[in-house]
Amino acid sequence: MLDKALKGSKSYWIWIFVLLGVIGTGFTFYLKQLDFGLGITGMSRDVTWGFYIAQFTFLVGVAASAVMLVIPYYLHNYKAFGRIMIMGEFLAISSMIMCILFIIADLGQPMRLLNVLLYPTPHSMLFWDMIVLSGYLLINLVVSWNVLDAERNSVPPAKWLKPIIYLSVPWAISIHTVTAYLYCGLPGRGFWLTAILAPRFLASAFAGGPAFLILLCLIVRRVTNFDPGREQIQSLSKVVVYGSIANMFFFLCEVFVAMYSQIPEHLDHLQYLFFGLHGHGVLVPWMWTAMALIVSGIILLLIPAARKNEAVLAVACAFTFIGIWIDKGMGMVAGGFVPNPLHEVNEYFPTFPEVMIAVAVYGTGFLILTILYKVFVGVKEELAA
Amino acid sequence: MENNRRNFLKFAGVTVLGLGSLSLLDGLTSDDVIASAGQTSAEEIYKKGANALTAKRWGMVVDTRIITAAICRKMENACHQTHNVPDHANKRHEIKWIWDTEYKHAFPEKTDLFLAERFEHLPIPVFCNHCANPPCVQACPTQATFQRADGLVLMDFHRCIGCRFCMAACPYGSRSFNFRDPREAIKNENPEFPTRMKGVVEKCNFCAERLAVGKEPACVEASDGALIFGDLEDPQSEIRKLLKENYAIRRKQNLGTNPSVYYIV
Repeated sequence: MLDKALKGSKSYWIWIFVLLGVIGTGFTFYLKQLDFGLGITGMSRDVTWGFYIAQFTFLVGVAASAVMLVIPYYLHNYKAFGRIMIMGEFLAISSMIMCILFIIADLGQPMRLLNVLLYPTPHSMLFWDMIVLSGYLLINLVVSWNVLDAERNSVPPAKWLKPIIYLSVPWAISIHTVTAYLYCGLPGRGFWLTAILAPRFLASAFAGGPAFLILLCLIVRRVTNFDPGREQIQSLSKVVVYGSIANMFFFLCEVFVAMYSQIPEHLDHLQYLFFGLHGHGVLVPWMWTAMALIVSGIILLLIPAARKNEAVLAVACAFTFIGIWIDKGMGMVAGGFVPNPLHEVNEYFPTFPEVMIAVAVYGTGFLILTILYKVFVGVKEELAA
Repeated sequence: MENNRRNFLKFAGVTVLGLGSLSLLDGLTSDDVIASAGQTSAEEIYKKGANALTAKRWGMVVDTRIITAAICRKMENACHQTHNVPDHANKRHEIKWIWDTEYKHAFPEKTDLFLAERFEHLPIPVFCNHCANPPCVQACPTQATFQRADGLVLMDFHRCIGCRFCMAACPYGSRSFNFRDPREAIKNENPEFPTRMKGVVEKCNFCAERLAVGKEPACVEASDGALIFGDLEDPQSEIRKLLKENYAIRRKQNLGTNPSVYYIV
């Protein structure tokens, strides 16, 4: 089926080469990072994880959100989602690959990555994260490719796929749960030390992921002959608004606990993010922007007339996606490190090379996504002909 | 050495077979890989001699009644010189094994509006607590950070992948990461202790390499009696006697990490 990605219009090839250019540019910065070390980033002794790990965390959520298509379709027999199921799974695949690339970009000694397998350490959450992430990538590769192949041949998918598909539901939950456990089990980090972290990760994932999928559906409808379908997009928009409200609810629970108890270890980080601490507040405008975007997204999606207008819907989804990207990415990671364990405020902001490396990883993800979607649309067009 | 080479070959083999992209990285940074394979492992650095000092659980007492800024400088210099700790100009790249800070930073949960005057600006030396229940060891995905039977929390610089999970896990900010090549920033290299490479984490090791040859930690030697080192499990040890007679506190005791460093206040 991959051959379908080799035949495309002029604009398809321009897009491919633009992405290759972006990847190539960013890769030169990565070579610089390999040579100099992670010192070319904005990270420091106090803020030891930054933009890379933020993107990793966010994209695990995007990947996990494919389950929001799998559950209605396979467990509730909601047939409409069958039409876009593969799109969700392909999005999960490209997100997972980006996650792995962001982890590699963040390692001080990337060529020693396989030490994680050579010295398996079950008491480290990173070990489990590696297992669930690679497992989820494999599950989605096997399922999506076989289902699409069966569809192309106009035969029902093989029976052995069913248990794997059912397995993918708890597995999707597990990838984001274990990713939250990386943070929330650390004794000295009050901002992350909360049992709501994993549920909140999942809620924001189920808002941000489907919001992005809606945008992809609208793009696919515009640039190809395949229409993902109005009903599908409308159903997804309800998933987005439920997820986004749950995310805000969990966030407000967190704010209440911190503000009412007034325990400094919990309160200081929130204060730093939203009001600044001891005169430092580089993330303050970002956090308020994120909140404004998420809340506006919820309001737009809650009004049926607005939601049903696809132009407004696109805006609402973009708001939701960007808002969650800021909050979960920059805010969640940097916010947990400031103030540091000695209660000193040393701020973090990504550097230009750091952002360029991240852009290259996103370029790689979009390249993989483009190729996979080209195959998917190619199969659909072939069947329609 | 043999074991080292075998591990290296095994590692190289898996790398080449495993991921194409990773073998590419190998090629790009082959200097580092070869350098690390030829260096001493943690086992060799800390191999105990006949006159090695031993304990059931090593611990330290910091007598804040004796501490002065000058003593702190001496201890820091002794430690950083002994362990080839680089001196980077950029604060973000800073490496430190032992340093001093104010009471409110060393004990942020014990700060007080009406603190005894002596403590307002008293320099408090801080370093790795060698916790009995170390969160960094729990977090490390490769066992590059490990706990020895005598309580020392040590690092294998050649196994560390530089994920910095241990730094997120440490509630005391005791760990540093080599954001760049440290060797360019070492003034007088001590050939007795290995230098590190970029991309790995490091921290205080309670001078395990000196204990192995019968010497006390470098900071203790330079402390003019402000730091006392000994066996926490031995009721007859000097530090146990000190703790019996004086009120001492530990950093963030409430977290359950069980630090092995006590501060007499």
